[in-house]
Amino acid sequence: MRGIRTGDRLLHIWTWLVIVWLSSPIAVMILFGFNDKQSKSNTTWQGFTLRWYKELFDIADLTTALRNTLVVAVVSTAVTVVIGTMLGLALGRHRFRGLGATNFLVFAAISTPELVMGASLLSLFVSGNVPRDSVTIIVAHVLFSLSFVVVTVRARVVGLDPSLEEAARDLGATAWGTFRQVTLPSIMPGVAAGAMLSFALSIDDYVVTSFVNGSTVTFPLWIVGAVKTGIPPQVNVMGTLIFGIGVLIAIGNAIAARRRT
Amino acid sequence: MTSAIELEDVVKEYHAHGELVRAVKGVSLDIEEGEFFSLLGPSGCGKTTTMRMIAGFEAPSKGLVKLHGQDVTNVPPNKRDVNMVFQSYALFPHMSVWDNVAFGLKQRKTPQEEIRRRVGEILEIVDLVGREKRRPREMSGGQQQRVALARALVNRPRALLLDEPLGALDLKLRQAMQIELKRIQREVGITFVYVTHDQSEALTMSDRIAVMNDGLVEQLGGPREIYERPATPFVAGFIGTSNLLTGTASAGELKIGDGRVLVPGRDGEVTVTVRPEKITIGTDAPESGLSALAGTVSEVVYLGTYNSYAVRLADGAEMTVFQQNAHDATATAERGDSVWLSWQAQHSYVIGS
Repeated sequence: MRGIRTGDRLLHIWTWLVIVWLSSPIAVMILFGFNDKQSKSNTTWQGFTLRWYKELFDIADLTTALRNTLVVAVVSTAVTVVIGTMLGLALGRHRFRGLGATNFLVFAAISTPELVMGASLLSLFVSGNVPRDSVTIIVAHVLFSLSFVVVTVRARVVGLDPSLEEAARDLGATAWGTFRQVTLPSIMPGVAAGAMLSFALSIDDYVVTSFVNGSTVTFPLWIVGAVKTGIPPQVNVMGTLIFGIGVLIAIGNAIAARRRT
Repeated sequence: MTSAIELEDVVKEYHAHGELVRAVKGVSLDIEEGEFFSLLGPSGCGKTTTMRMIAGFEAPSKGLVKLHGQDVTNVPPNKRDVNMVFQSYALFPHMSVWDNVAFGLKQRKTPQEEIRRRVGEILEIVDLVGREKRRPREMSGGQQQRVALARALVNRPRALLLDEPLGALDLKLRQAMQIELKRIQREVGITFVYVTHDQSEALTMSDRIAVMNDGLVEQLGGPREIYERPATPFVAGFIGTSNLLTGTASAGELKIGDGRVLVPGRDGEVTVTVRPEKITIGTDAPESGLSALAGTVSEVVYLGTYNSYAVRLADGAEMTVFQQNAHDATATAERGDSVWLSWQAQHSYVIGS
């Protein structure tokens, strides 16, 4: 009896240690967004302030970088979701010549090291005389997030009863009407998961972006550039806000999932 | 009577793994308005493919599909005035019962007021009032079945196609739904085309049955006709239990060992079928006006309302005999007994006559 209790307590302590360890970087990031720092670096606690929240957009370059990142993330996610859903539908439903090759490519795109992908994209753009700007960043982000959408959508499509779509057609729905009213709602969890993954991958990508950005600066690129001169607390505030939105989406998703079952 | 559905020499072939598969090898059917018509056969006989060609999910390789005299061979399913009830029900899981049933009417841009009225009416017919807001997965198999039926019937199709719709239900519920389906069909007066591999289901509900085997219709007729006068050995074997006897008849008699099978007016090679319940089992040689065969009882199975005997004939063939447990609960014969089987001449049916 005592043995079990001691084991329970140890497990309890261990669990909390893991949770603290996992969340401490986030806690530090949030905390130093409130640091009333006087020196150049933001690494020692010097008192509480809300100043950085008020002056959030006072660093023009940083604001531009954040805006670039959000635009790239939204556009690349939108493009990725459309192409990826179509690919996932085709791969999950039809047998065709090139199916195996396409499946292999999807996997290869996931397993390719980012450095390799970035370097090869750069040489592709340079040899094709393509000017590097936010468009090339978006193209690159679509490329590395596409496979994740394909995989999540394909998993839903494989589990979909094909007679559902036949039933919709039988009841008078057009091909587009069937997709909109029956197919898409059925694969929506896969599409949403893929979209969230690709948004998350895009918003904090550094490696690939650093090859294809040209003179366009994104949020992660700006932070890396600022490391030497000291990262301003506004970065912590922006990080906190992005994290907060992510948590809200995750909670919303969990509630929706619970309501579904 | 006008024809609701006509198939003219319909063939369906497709390639699978580099091989040509002939699922339907030339089926012609004429299904009448208001009829309860069954396509009956073992799995792989082409009955489901035939139905899917009527619905429009498969295009025939050859032949014509007509609905009410109009050629619809190349018309897509959403433009055909027939609706289907799927084996898996295929209810839309993300929609309520009400939205499932209203789906077809919405596609046709039916006015809201009419949708409300018709969905309400049909839910009353299938006895689902009060469950409009449920999701399909919150319902039992029998209820889902009725939602699927309502979703098809609410569109008032010229014909309703049902693909083994009772397959997933347990026996008691299936029997109840058979009666229910027949009632609904009478109530709405729509042509029902029913695909099943269950011969008792087909016999119970159908006005006419097409027995299919290997991509072809073996026999087309009413339940009684198909049961009493099977056109081919396959039909005789597939519908209920029957005994097949083959041989050369002379002077209206087929000699088998010491016994005889009366086939009045027949000469030459014949295949005769006789149903197990028409045969009487006894110890004495029967009188001359009857068909009679001698054999040994090899098995007796007690089945409640009747006993089933397996009797081995002198030539090694086995006959099945059903004897009703009417008055005497004891078996008339036991394993190993030598017995005589006898039946009246009219109960020998010569296949193909």
